[in-house]
Amino acid sequence: MLGKTAGGLFWMFRYLERSENNARLLDAGFRIALTRSANSSMEWRSVLTTSGSLADYDARHSDYRSDKVIDFLLRDTDNPSSVISTMKAARDNARLVRTALTREVWEATNESWITLKELLASPVPDQDLPDVLSVIRNQSALVRGATHGTMLRNDVFNFARLGTFLERADNTARILDVKYYLLLPSIAKTGSSLDNFQWETILRSVSAHRAYRWLNGSEVSSSKISEFLILHHQMPRSLAFCAGKIAQNLSDIQEEYAVEHPSCEVANTLFERLKGATIDEIFEEGLHEFIEQFLADNSALSTQIETDYRFSE
Amino acid sequence: MHLILYLTSGAIPLAQLGPRCSIKLFDEMIDGENSVRGPYEDYHIWFEAEDQARIARKSEQSEAFFRRTGITFNVYGEDAADERLIPFDVVPRIMSAREWRRLSRGIEQRVSALNAFLHDIYHRQEILRAGRVPTSLVANNDAFLTQMVGVDPPGGIYTHIVGTDIVRTGPDDFFVLEDNARTPSGVSYMLENRETMLRMLPELFSKIPVQQVSNYPVNLRRSLAACAPPMCEGKPVIAVLTPGIHNSAYFEHSFLADEMGVELVEGHDLRVVDGRIAMRTTQGYKAIDVLYRRVDDEYLDPLNFNPDSMLGVPGIMDVYRAGGLTIANAPGTGIADDKALYSYMPEIVEFYTGEKPLLQNVETFRCSDEEHLKYVLDNLAELVVKEVHGSGGYGMLVGPAASKKEVEDFRTKLLAQPSNYIAQPTLALSTVPIFTEKGLAPRHVDLRPFVLVSPDCIEITPGGLTRVAMTEGSLVVNSSQGGGTKDTWVLEE
Repeated sequence: MLGKTAGGLFWMFRYLERSENNARLLDAGFRIALTRSANSSMEWRSVLTTSGSLADYDARHSDYRSDKVIDFLLRDTDNPSSVISTMKAARDNARLVRTALTREVWEATNESWITLKELLASPVPDQDLPDVLSVIRNQSALVRGATHGTMLRNDVFNFARLGTFLERADNTARILDVKYYLLLPSIAKTGSSLDNFQWETILRSVSAHRAYRWLNGSEVSSSKISEFLILHHQMPRSLAFCAGKIAQNLSDIQEEYAVEHPSCEVANTLFERLKGATIDEIFEEGLHEFIEQFLADNSALSTQIETDYRFSE
Repeated sequence: MHLILYLTSGAIPLAQLGPRCSIKLFDEMIDGENSVRGPYEDYHIWFEAEDQARIARKSEQSEAFFRRTGITFNVYGEDAADERLIPFDVVPRIMSAREWRRLSRGIEQRVSALNAFLHDIYHRQEILRAGRVPTSLVANNDAFLTQMVGVDPPGGIYTHIVGTDIVRTGPDDFFVLEDNARTPSGVSYMLENRETMLRMLPELFSKIPVQQVSNYPVNLRRSLAACAPPMCEGKPVIAVLTPGIHNSAYFEHSFLADEMGVELVEGHDLRVVDGRIAMRTTQGYKAIDVLYRRVDDEYLDPLNFNPDSMLGVPGIMDVYRAGGLTIANAPGTGIADDKALYSYMPEIVEFYTGEKPLLQNVETFRCSDEEHLKYVLDNLAELVVKEVHGSGGYGMLVGPAASKKEVEDFRTKLLAQPSNYIAQPTLALSTVPIFTEKGLAPRHVDLRPFVLVSPDCIEITPGGLTRVAMTEGSLVVNSSQGGGTKDTWVLEE
């Protein structure tokens, strides 16, 4: 496979994941804005921070009014993290690597782009937002379904999955980082429970509020939530789960190519560290410090993969 | 007897073809007695029995299908995000096996002659010595590459892929309009048009036996592999070279690479490694044996041609000349596409094959010639005038369809640089019906069959790309000028 193609696949799936994550963040933010208008400014600010576009937003807007933030995150083509921009980037990369994709994956991606372009051609009124967000999630499910149902489990698939899990881990870590002050252990220790809406926002932005309840019943604590999002091996968006998948994908590629590269070792180390950790140790180290370290490691791993597999020169 | 009456009888307002045009227009479906011609009989029976609303619905669905599949082209100068669809018409163009046999024999003859001509022109130049083609046409030709003189392309093939443009004016009257020996495009449309028809109206193909076109990618791969260079070891590695995602034909480049199961590369994926052209893969650099390039000669190698090119590979020509690579089509084949040289094609065919040409050449006036120029200027309003190196329907004058002012403006351009132009009589291109809101209506068409040339054989896919002028009376079928396409059927014996 061409190095450029591996890079294109990696980024195509990163952007797909990012667009879906942004839709989820918007969904969670919108709920808060609807139900607790007093807190909505704060909430939108943290949504923008999580999506990495706060500085861009501040440069152009002076307040965090819902309609402005929604428009910025959904359909502003000047915002590189907006749903429309990330979807376009995903589709451009898909065009670039079309020869590596099955017809089904390409068509699902292309169709998603066409659908979103039409859907987001004009501003989305509040009452339509839930529908629009659900279309975005459905479209991304189509691409994922086609990917799983039709692609060979070879290097092409593994590079695509690497993009998905690196982006997903990055996203979950950012959500935790932005909300870490809510999750500080002091609250749990004093026995007070987390603000209902706040923890629900966190879980909703990773589509996991139901999953959390199945596992933990009604017990809501910062320690449980953090453990769930960082260490739970069954939670498909937890850091440990993503790190495990990344290590596996890299080891599969290594096996297929029969050549060893540093990235595989780096990924294994990262995964082993999460596997052996407990939430108490993490709190001891400092949640914020832990996440910052994770984000840095994750990004270094991404760069190492690009180098090892010659995405560019 | 089933009859079809076109909305407008006579197809084109004759005035549009000029006062001198008194010939009867040839419609491929309906003859002069208003009966259906042989090849269309079965289709017509189906069509008459079919609910017209269903066909209309299918016709609309085809657009969504093309868009979803991403069969689009980019138009230069427009927003890159604005990818356009080429209109597709649901009525197939149908030819009998007999008609096709005749036509393909003629194409085969013409393509063999082109290859022999190119070999000669880059070696002993016998045809120039024999005085059959003037030396000036070669010497003053930008498409003639001195870097190719004396070079023997692997397998002796120059034009691996040819897309001969054919027009028809009568039952047995086929003319070659252009030879397109350089980098003919459109084959992906031939394949996707058939795919679309199969999806939309599958029952048609169980009723009517149509020859397959779907083998083209496999044949292309085999044909390219058969031209592997001397340095190739083992199974030839093939790749398609594209200028990139913004090129107007990018869809076709990726489509062909995909269908052949080979890599689609850009210049920056390639470099010279150990005397070979190699592509950067996830496992290091890997040598390429055959490069099907969709990049023009002048951009191919910044060291040998245009030094500003970012699309090519520095040093690729040196590797090529040393036998480390096959480039398809060979550099320098563009000379055969020159429209002034075109006028000598009957001589060229005869010179190399020793036979009379089976396909007709359109009478061509070379404006570099004083007598020809005088004739052209006197009859400008009735002629089609083209730039010698032009393509895509740009920069041409269709005299009978042009306004007085357009003709006069063109006269000024022509006089400023006569040798840049050739002129041809306006041909009464055959018509084939298209599906419109009001029923079937005749429109002018041309045909681009696709020819594969390898040392073993010349293969022509039965069918090709039919381009159709969607506007009533229009003779310009180019997609860049609003033309559409049709599926092209060659019936089984």
